[in-house]
Amino acid sequence: MKKVLVCSLLVLAMSASAFGAAFKIGGTGPLTGGAAIYGIAAMRGAQIAAEEINALGGDVQFDLRYEDDTHDAEKAVNAYNALKDWGMQVSLGSVTSKPCEATAAENFADRIFALTPSASSAAVTEGKDNVFQMCFVDPNQGTASAQYIGEKGYAKKVAVIWKNDDVYSKGVRDTFVESAGKFGLEIVSETAFADGNDTDFSVQLTDAKDKGAELVFLPMYYQPASLILAQAQAMGYAPKWFGIDGMDGILTMEGFDKSLAEGVMLLTPFNADAKDEKTVKFVTEYQKRFGEIPNQFAADGYDCVYAYCQALTQAKATPDMDAETLCPKMIEQFTTMTFNGLTGENVKWSKNGEVTKDPKGMVIKNGAYVGLD
Amino acid sequence: MTFLNFFISGISLGSIYAIIALGYTMVYGISKMLNFAHGDVIMVGAYICFYAVVRYGLNPFLAVAVAMVLCSVLGIIVEGLAYKPLRQAPSLAVLITAIGMSYFLQNTALLLWSSNPKVFPSVVGRGAFHMFNGNLSVSHITALTIIVCLVIMVALSLFVSKTKMGKAMRACSEDKGAAQLMGINVNATISMTFAIGSGLAAIAGALLCSAYPTLMPTTGSLPGIKAFTAAVFGGIGSIPGAFLGGLMLGVIEIFAKAYISSQLSDAVVFGVLIVVLLVKPAGLLGKMTQEKV
Repeated sequence: MKKVLVCSLLVLAMSASAFGAAFKIGGTGPLTGGAAIYGIAAMRGAQIAAEEINALGGDVQFDLRYEDDTHDAEKAVNAYNALKDWGMQVSLGSVTSKPCEATAAENFADRIFALTPSASSAAVTEGKDNVFQMCFVDPNQGTASAQYIGEKGYAKKVAVIWKNDDVYSKGVRDTFVESAGKFGLEIVSETAFADGNDTDFSVQLTDAKDKGAELVFLPMYYQPASLILAQAQAMGYAPKWFGIDGMDGILTMEGFDKSLAEGVMLLTPFNADAKDEKTVKFVTEYQKRFGEIPNQFAADGYDCVYAYCQALTQAKATPDMDAETLCPKMIEQFTTMTFNGLTGENVKWSKNGEVTKDPKGMVIKNGAYVGLD
Repeated sequence: MTFLNFFISGISLGSIYAIIALGYTMVYGISKMLNFAHGDVIMVGAYICFYAVVRYGLNPFLAVAVAMVLCSVLGIIVEGLAYKPLRQAPSLAVLITAIGMSYFLQNTALLLWSSNPKVFPSVVGRGAFHMFNGNLSVSHITALTIIVCLVIMVALSLFVSKTKMGKAMRACSEDKGAAQLMGINVNATISMTFAIGSGLAAIAGALLCSAYPTLMPTTGSLPGIKAFTAAVFGGIGSIPGAFLGGLMLGVIEIFAKAYISSQLSDAVVFGVLIVVLLVKPAGLLGKMTQEKV
């Protein structure tokens, strides 16, 4: 895998230099370790986008480089510094929230513009005028989910199971719980888990069941969610399930019994089964290269590079400009432009770097995502 | 009835800790070193089982046997490459090497099998025994894990106390130098210990992933640490202690989640551990040994 990576980076560097100077674009992400699935996906998405753009031979060319941060804040800063030494002009921040909170502070201090594909905690962009997000910020997901469940009338009594050592899960849970009352939801059960006790969910599920929850909200990634679904089935508990974007990926787990996820609803910006031309093209290319279906992180990475391409073109930026010159230009572009990508149409950014796009409600039917609306 | 159900959840979680703890404690008891890579050998065993069953369509029990053999070989290789050269080194150096080995195995697994979680097919299916009109259920895998635990515990105890190899192991554990003078091949004995410990790890891996079926390169590391805690709790080096410690840790964890707070369960578990170690520094069933100077 590493070899492939090195080769593709080499090819990338060569193809970029063949057309003259290119923008140096760098990001950090977990390429090894437990969270590697997210980092590798975002990197591969960005790679495909950069190669597509370079192959077109336009004015904007990219020289992309990803450094490994193993989902660790300290290593992320080291990786960021390596990219800075390399001469990074615009940054893709970090892939996961905790490391990105650290690198975003560096981005702010160094005046290097950043657009993170998937670091969704609010602290990533807070108080930094030059850090932007391609994904929804966590608090918005919580409110959007509560609103969706309430307005569609899926349930009145709701249980929440969340991961209390994870900023992503906590951010979504906080705003979900806060806004649930507004949309007529009653939270009857609220239980948590953490790294190290994330295998047995019998207590959490019994609590939800005994208190009569009709719907269980799961603000978490899909790996623990798959265990929860299996254990609920074993104990004969069948509520409605509602997840967030981290649930995406559950269907592509090797060996997963898809019938367990039947009827699971989730809000996600990207659907690999969508039939529009852009998505089909991306999914086919990704599958051809890497032999797997891209998840939303890959799509976010892909969109980031295309958003940069659009912003740099519109700003008439040239690769000889340094990061500090590019920064105000990028801020101006990103707060005014509208972007159409894989993860949303008419995507806009607010001044504080948060993205506005419509979450898509999905439900899993016969082992595939189907739009809810 | 809810109480009993929680108790059974605790036993089922605890039995997994117990089976991992058996491997820890056995290696520690004989070679006096903490093999922190044990959790990762479990992960390797689970991956071997996974591929044997899913890709090659092997019978699950046969797959576990294959995994046991391969893991034993892995155990011998790891011991020979990483620990044997450090036989005379201070124990801290060996400990650090073991931690390095743990990361090495994790990252090799990451390169070989990628970070995508895989769903492990259960060795005995997902059924359960139902009692009291279905109010109480014990899954097949829990029952199997407890039986396997008991069998391994008895077999290990017999092996260590009755066989010639077992006698050699006990001798090495007491004094390596003296054992060598008595004509015991210390290196072969310790290799054998690692082979057995790693073979047990393969069984533990298959059972762990059958009960909680997601498999990733990091699958073994956290249960490994919990199981190590269980081994210390029960008295490290003591085989029945590992079993008891594992079960108790599981039950305490589930009860803490259910009756105190799902957010504080680990704090409660480790709080109990601290109290036990303050009262009985050698663990529940551990023996205090006097160091003669």
